[in-house]
Amino acid sequence: MNMKVVPGSQLKNTRAEARTFLVRAWTLFGGALGIAAILVVRLFQLQVLEHELYETRSEDNRIEVQPVPAGRGLIFDRHGILLAEDRSFSSLELVPERTGTVGVVETINAVSGLIEIRESEIEAFYGRLARKRRPYQGIPLKLRLREEEAAVIRVNGHLLPGVQVSSIAVRHYPLGEVGAHAVGSVRRITSDDLNRLDRSKYAATRYVGRRGVEAFYEQSLHGDVGHRRVEVDVRGRVIRELELSAPEKGGDIRLHLDSRLQILAHNALGDRRGAIIAIEPASGGILAMVSRPSYNPNLFVTGMTREKYRSLSDSKDLPLFNRAVQGQYAPGSTFKPIVGLAAVSKGVTSWDETIVDQGWFKLPDQRRIFRDWSWTPEDAGGQGIVDLRRAIYRSSNVYFYDLATRLKVDALSTFAGQFGLGSDAALDVYEAADGILPNREWKYGTQGKDWYTGDTVNMGIGQGYLLVTPLQLATVAAVFATRGQWKHPRMLLSGDTSTAVLTQSLPPPIAGPSHNDWELMIDAMEEVVHRGNKVMGDNGTAWAYIGRDVNYRMAGKSGTAQVVGISQDEQYDESELDEYERKHAWFIAFAPSDKPVIAIAVLVENGGGGSSVAAPIAREILDSYLLPQIASNH
Amino acid sequence: MRDYIRYLNDGGRVRRDDPHNNNFHLDPMLLVPLICIMGIGLTVLYSAVHQDLSILENQSIKLLVGFVAMILAARLHPRVYLRFAPVLYAIGLISLIAVVFFGTTVKGSQRWLDLPLLPRFQPSELMKVTVPLTVAWFLHDRLLPPRAIEIVVALLVALVPGMLIQLQPDLGTAILVVGAGVLVVLLSGIRWRLVLLSTITVVPLLPAYWFFLMNEYQKKRVFTFFDPESDPLGAGWSIIQSTTALGSGGLLGKGLFEGTQSRLDFLPESHTDFIMAVVGEELGFMGVITLIILYVLVLARGMHIAVQAGDTFGRLVAGSLTLTFFIHVVLNVAVVSGLVPVTGAPLPLVSFGGTSAIALLIGFGIVMSIHTHRGWR
Repeated sequence: MNMKVVPGSQLKNTRAEARTFLVRAWTLFGGALGIAAILVVRLFQLQVLEHELYETRSEDNRIEVQPVPAGRGLIFDRHGILLAEDRSFSSLELVPERTGTVGVVETINAVSGLIEIRESEIEAFYGRLARKRRPYQGIPLKLRLREEEAAVIRVNGHLLPGVQVSSIAVRHYPLGEVGAHAVGSVRRITSDDLNRLDRSKYAATRYVGRRGVEAFYEQSLHGDVGHRRVEVDVRGRVIRELELSAPEKGGDIRLHLDSRLQILAHNALGDRRGAIIAIEPASGGILAMVSRPSYNPNLFVTGMTREKYRSLSDSKDLPLFNRAVQGQYAPGSTFKPIVGLAAVSKGVTSWDETIVDQGWFKLPDQRRIFRDWSWTPEDAGGQGIVDLRRAIYRSSNVYFYDLATRLKVDALSTFAGQFGLGSDAALDVYEAADGILPNREWKYGTQGKDWYTGDTVNMGIGQGYLLVTPLQLATVAAVFATRGQWKHPRMLLSGDTSTAVLTQSLPPPIAGPSHNDWELMIDAMEEVVHRGNKVMGDNGTAWAYIGRDVNYRMAGKSGTAQVVGISQDEQYDESELDEYERKHAWFIAFAPSDKPVIAIAVLVENGGGGSSVAAPIAREILDSYLLPQIASNH
Repeated sequence: MRDYIRYLNDGGRVRRDDPHNNNFHLDPMLLVPLICIMGIGLTVLYSAVHQDLSILENQSIKLLVGFVAMILAARLHPRVYLRFAPVLYAIGLISLIAVVFFGTTVKGSQRWLDLPLLPRFQPSELMKVTVPLTVAWFLHDRLLPPRAIEIVVALLVALVPGMLIQLQPDLGTAILVVGAGVLVVLLSGIRWRLVLLSTITVVPLLPAYWFFLMNEYQKKRVFTFFDPESDPLGAGWSIIQSTTALGSGGLLGKGLFEGTQSRLDFLPESHTDFIMAVVGEELGFMGVITLIILYVLVLARGMHIAVQAGDTFGRLVAGSLTLTFFIHVVLNVAVVSGLVPVTGAPLPLVSFGGTSAIALLIGFGIVMSIHTHRGWR
């Protein structure tokens, strides 16, 4: 019996209850169906109406287009010796998500227990960790692992979840500091670089050419980035490769540089500050480019401590500064052959004309006396009777004071400009300086002053406003070597790619001097070196230092460039001057003088006399370049 | 007289017992859609666990256990449930309290109980069945509609375990357990006026709930629900990835085992709470709709059984169990499709997990028992 008496003495009305329940049940059923309908509409919206949007999202999740770096082109010297190559290095990476219960801090501690991790590296790691990144992507902790370090990590891999060793290509310069200023170097790409460069092209690139050839030929060395479409899981692990467009390796480059000569020149300068440039006159090819002190370019690739960088960048000796192409100095007496040729070809003087050199020069109507300060008090009496030839091999200042005054500055400047002075005549030398080739306009433009005749007097001996780089003076030597039929100086011998092809245009030959003028001037320059065993005061200026036992004929000219102004009545006393105020020593030369194969400029900063300091270095280089050739010809 | 009572109990119609049901007491109309759901569920689960056979085996065994439990539950007469409802409730409460003190913590929630001789289980899942049974027990012989004091007691029966579950914390299950109790009260014929009134009273209490009862991670889920992109790699990740999985499936899906979102692990919890996203990604809108239709069939049949039940207890139990089951489905799909904030609610009979499936199957066993035992006194 289902009917029963409930407390409160009311009869339970089963039928009414059933009826109420029926209404409630179907109402709630209807409600449930209504909610289900809302869900269906929502699913229809997601899956049918907005399908494409989510399809794209899902593909973006799954597919990653990874840039694949192209190998950087190699750099060789003229004999095929490697100057710059890509080496594979192991780097240590950490995937924070995979460290699991160990945690990032403990993992780094554990790694530090196995190999040396610097504070700065840990700092950099946390810097990268703090940035927005994809989960499960490795963050580099130590960039260059030594073999044994990589081995230690691999052996202990099972104890270090989330630690992985991956391989990256790193630039290496086998010549180290010997080739630094010639070949240049790459550096890690900075955000500034990326603003300047094509981001898509550099998507996978870690390094960009910073100096020298590496910087100048960045485009052709870089190559084309490749891409691979891969399917990745949420951890960023590559599940499979869907598509690959291979990267195209950068073009290899062959330079005119001769490694042997480069090393020799580097060693010849020794610890002195200075620069050497050697050029093959027939091609304009640069055989050697040395600037000292130098630096180890490999340090810039793999990174160095802040202190180390400071010591390089703040050094008073400027090891990062490429003196060979950026250093600008007064050429001193090495400029005299140009003045002489200018005067002869303008008809201002002739090879036969003589003047009397009494050791001083005075402009008409002026009281100022220009002394020939390059000589010691003992021969302050001058060179006596000098013609152009003698003025060259004895380096008479008085003769050129007079000649320059008669020639006038504009004629001299215009003529000297043909030798590449005052401009960058080189085709592919990175950041080569222009130097200064002054004239009236230049002085008025930069100093707001008129050109005085006294300025011309100074310029006649390569002093005053005139500034040249060692590269420019080596070019001058090459111009003489080719008797005016010169070529633009260049680094590149040949290259793989179209971008690496140099212009074939030639500079205009030097206008003015006759064939005879060239030969007579070169003859005078040979006397600088070879004229010897004469009476006192009649030898070539460099003969005593380099003129003996030379197996070939060499033409040269020394120069001793004044650094601080000396007032006319003062005596120049080397010993009284601070080292950095002493004169710069120059020597330019080419050999063999009839069929030159090498032209050279040697600069020793604050070195003193050109003949005594720079000339022996030049001879050493010429000897070692020529003697093997001469020997093999016999 | 006896026949007359049966006539009354059967809603005015004379019924003869179905001879097929006499042995097993199973209801084919309920059984078929349930088996279909489990079949689809196992298939998709196999895909979601990257075709790991051992997990498939594990889940199959759990479903089989549930199936046996369902057969046994269907054989028991409803009056057994009536008699033991308070006992089951007491056991349930004790185990929930035990969870608070001795529970096993998995993924930051203390939900599981490891008892000797028993496999690890979640008492909260069992409460989904026990709470409606108990509320129905409490109300079945009272004069309906219930008086206010009775409603309060009935709601407390549901709220106490609900609070204990929220402590774990497990908002999804808490909602479902309390919801099951509320459903019984609703079905018992409480006046609509009261429903309206209580809704008006409860809504202002929600801020209090927010400030006092929700913990930080639950609050964060609510925040990210409204703006998933604010934390795409953290709390917003699941919502973004599950809608992406569903949406990218399109009308017909990417094909079984071909869902990239799940295969490549972009979809979190792809074998548990978010398995509907795998269905949507691999089988498309059509697959999801098929599954929802099967759930609706279960709902319809369950409600039909409830309406046909001969007594108040049977009606209330069958109705609330069925509706709770469906709300379970609705809550899960709403979470997966990004309509409500993430509340850990598995998809009934499809998501990986034993206790939930076994509890649900026992529930349907009881529903079947109510149906096949009607008229038996």
